[in-house]
Amino acid sequence: MKILVCVSKTPETTANINFTNNNTEFDTNGVSFIMNPYDEWYALVRALELTEANGGSVTIVNVGPSINDAVIKKGLAIGAKDAVRIDAEPTSALFVAKQIAAYAKSEAYDIIFTGKESIDYNGSLVGGMIAELLDLPYISYASSMELAGSTATLQREIEGGTEVVQLDTPFVVSAAKGMAEQRIPNMRGIMMAKKKPLNVATAEAAQSNEKVVEFKEVPKDRAIKMINPEDMAELVRLLHEEAKAI
Amino acid sequence: MVLVFVDHNGGQFKKATFEVVTYGKKVADLLSCECAALVLGAVDNAGILGQYGANRVINVSNDNLTNFDSQTYTSAIAQVAEKIGAKVVIVGHNSTGKSIVGRLAAKMDAAVISGAKAVPTNDNGFVVEKNVFSGKGIASYLLDTDIKIISLMGNSIQPEVTGTDASPEAMELSINPPKVRVIERKTISGIVPLPEAEMVVSAGRGMGAPDKWGIIEELAEILGATTACSRPVADTGWRPHHEHVGQTGVAIRPNLYFAIGISGAIQHLAGVSSSKVIVVINKDPEAPFFKNADYGVVGDLFEVVPALNAALKDFKANNN
Ligand SMILES: Cc1cc2nc3c(=O)[nH]c(=O)nc-3n(C[C@H](O)[C@H](O)[C@H](O)COP(=O)(O)OP(=O)(O)OC[C@H]3O[C@@H](n4cnc5c(N)ncnc54)[C@H](O)[C@@H]3O)c2cc1C
Ligand SMILES: Nc1ncnc2c1ncn2[C@@H]1O[C@H](COP(=O)(O)O)[C@@H](O)[C@H]1O
Repeated sequence: MKILVCVSKTPETTANINFTNNNTEFDTNGVSFIMNPYDEWYALVRALELTEANGGSVTIVNVGPSINDAVIKKGLAIGAKDAVRIDAEPTSALFVAKQIAAYAKSEAYDIIFTGKESIDYNGSLVGGMIAELLDLPYISYASSMELAGSTATLQREIEGGTEVVQLDTPFVVSAAKGMAEQRIPNMRGIMMAKKKPLNVATAEAAQSNEKVVEFKEVPKDRAIKMINPEDMAELVRLLHEEAKAI
Repeated sequence: MVLVFVDHNGGQFKKATFEVVTYGKKVADLLSCECAALVLGAVDNAGILGQYGANRVINVSNDNLTNFDSQTYTSAIAQVAEKIGAKVVIVGHNSTGKSIVGRLAAKMDAAVISGAKAVPTNDNGFVVEKNVFSGKGIASYLLDTDIKIISLMGNSIQPEVTGTDASPEAMELSINPPKVRVIERKTISGIVPLPEAEMVVSAGRGMGAPDKWGIIEELAEILGATTACSRPVADTGWRPHHEHVGQTGVAIRPNLYFAIGISGAIQHLAGVSSSKVIVVINKDPEAPFFKNADYGVVGDLFEVVPALNAALKDFKANNN
């Protein structure tokens, strides 16, 4: 079983989000970065569990500059066998997917994992794009996955419920909560990661079809009205007459 | 031509369907062109999409499209887009749409925005807004190719009836057999799923124990709201995982959000701050959630919520 896990680097979840350069850029000043939680907690850990149970190996891929190596090394410390960083600024989802698809094409992975979305641009795009470029099936938002030989059974989140699907490898899957439990790297993992290969690959030429032209802060125009806890009739009245919410 | 792909649940349309068609009509108006709606599989009343602005309703039946598979659906949508010369393809940002929006963009090598929340502008190029950083910011995307793909976030616009029923046309497509086998589909009936819910009643660790949720469920029932919870509540198994809202849970944007016994951590706010009206009930006047609320009640939830339920029942009794 050869598994590829796509990991991206995102701002830490408590980071304050500010914009700079006339609101055209995300201000990274003072922001610390982490591995995208869905990639780390769910995709990577489930991939490791599957190879621990069935044999095989997990490779991490990231499209990004060398500063991303810290995040990639954390993935190696959690247990991936090796990693490849495709050396380019990730300018759009399709740009990233094209890089990963080009790399994966020659490697014949049985399963390619992504997270359900990156918590910065919230695209939910890259996994489906890789699948399309490689002509593979794609299961999005999987909350569990079992393997029997080359047949996988997955549960996927749908509106107000779940869907259980089955398919044969190879395929692409995006991992959501439920897929696995977060693993904290231990000292031994961190030491071993230092010896694991982190290969750097050259990017393919590809253009980006869309770009952010302006960022805005979320309007904070909530002026709170405090209601006496003894007077819930007043809250109901306000919700009806003022907020027109009920 | 603008092409809107609409989803249905076993032949039934939902409000979100009419939102995407209404949105498609507005994009078509912006580009001074027509809007076509595409339905895959059997539905009784496809023609109704005409009322929301679809000039054409295309209804494709094909045995290979009976169950959802992102590969076959993408192939079908791309074939229809090509046949009718669509320049913009729109899908809903729901579980189906999220599985196909990236595929479509890759297949058509098109510019894409997923989770759009506003009608595009076309003054300095085709520009669309979406929430980024899990609701902590807004970004305007310039889509810079001939063909553009958009997935529309639920509850972003209200459905508008602007036309009359259309007569559905059939179309022949060539579709490969799906590689994904659907074994089972379970939906909880009678409850509006969180991403589509117009009212949400959410409770957190302030509840103290899982067997105390009766007052929350009662409040939700009186309002016809969907219940939700904070992450630690789902993590400790007090409530099911699908109720977890926030940055790492479901992102919601209802008209009315009740946060009860929830402190208002930044990761929680990230997934709920797009709610139109927020009511916070917390015994701690310093709880950060009060800085992000429209109405606040400082008090013990075990006293406040039952009193609120009683007041709402009175209100309902007098307003029906
Ligand atoms: C990477 C990451 C991602 C995360 N993602 C999410 C996410 O998606 N969603 C999420 O919710 N959290 C998320 N969290 C967790 C988040 O940081 C908070 O820990 C969590 O939201 C707190 O939940 P809570 O408000 O229910 O509990 P607490 O913070 O414990 O708050 C309980 C509140 O209840 C009040 N209270 C207690 N008793 C009563 C009473 N009798 N009456 C009235 N009020 C009472 C207290 O004053 C307090 O404000 C994430 C954390 C991390 C690190
Ligand atoms: N630069 C990147 N390098 C590797 N994988 C990525 C990158 N960006 C996104 N991904 C993967 O694609 C998933 C979805 O990302 P997105 O489409 O940006 O929401 C993430 O959870 C990652 O698994």
